[in-house]
Amino acid sequence: MRHIAGFFRFWYEFIIGDDWRVAAGVVAALAVTFVFTRRGIDAWWLLPSAVVLILFASVWRACRRETP
Amino acid sequence: MVEALTIVLAVGVTRGWRSALLGVAAATVALAACVAVLGPALLRIPIEDLRLVIGALLLIFGLQWLRKAILRAGGYTALRDEEAAYRHELEQARTANRVMRGGIDWYAFTLSFKGVFLEGLEVAFIVLTFGSAHGSIGLAALSAGAAVVVVALAGLLVHRPLSAVPENSMKFAVGAMLTTFGIFWGAEGAGVTWPGGDGAILAVLALVVLASLGLTALIRRERRRTIAAAPAR
Repeated sequence: MRHIAGFFRFWYEFIIGDDWRVAAGVVAALAVTFVFTRRGIDAWWLLPSAVVLILFASVWRACRRETP
Repeated sequence: MVEALTIVLAVGVTRGWRSALLGVAAATVALAACVAVLGPALLRIPIEDLRLVIGALLLIFGLQWLRKAILRAGGYTALRDEEAAYRHELEQARTANRVMRGGIDWYAFTLSFKGVFLEGLEVAFIVLTFGSAHGSIGLAALSAGAAVVVVALAGLLVHRPLSAVPENSMKFAVGAMLTTFGIFWGAEGAGVTWPGGDGAILAVLALVVLASLGLTALIRRERRRTIAAAPAR
């Protein structure tokens, strides 16, 4: 059981890393882009904008945490 | 790979090169097996679906690297010091018990194996994602192999950790590239048609780099402001 938990923990840390919100934000942005394109809206601008916002939010949160 | 080289050098110098290099060889074979098994399997998936999944993975992975590099550049996280890491590994390797089985020092073997395999897994991930999205895993693996040989040769020549390598700048550049291709392929996989076709990659790269540099400058200024205000509190 310990080995299985360790295996999943390793892959979680390898792929998701320090901030799970980044992964959640990326998946959400891709899902919204997918829905838009299926409805005929070529939302090429959505993912780049979302990624910049996700990066800003994640870095800003980490800085706030580190600031005494 | 610079971190892996630091570990292997420290283990080789203190515990002997035979077991350390056997660990490196075993890890290289394991990584090659991962690429050889997963590569052909990935190429069977329809390219649009593959690009959506690979885009998401590259984006998550790239943003992790970029986030770390920005926090280091902004002074919020300490820069990795290869000399200090090397000294720490040397001390650990010197004090660890020697367990010999089958003529192999298992501490040296395991440490080298883990160092090379875990660091190499990032390289294997990049090879698989970039290679499969372009249908040329062999070429991507060959390029990664060439990079590994260059790092190994540099380590062999200087015989000490590569502390002069601007590691954070390299992480920043790799993070920006992974994020850019993640955006491009992820959006294509979701059905987007990029204005300008493949040329849009350059515009996305410019956006990612400018946003990251702007964010770095912003958190540096914020840190200076916080430090300046600290004594007054």
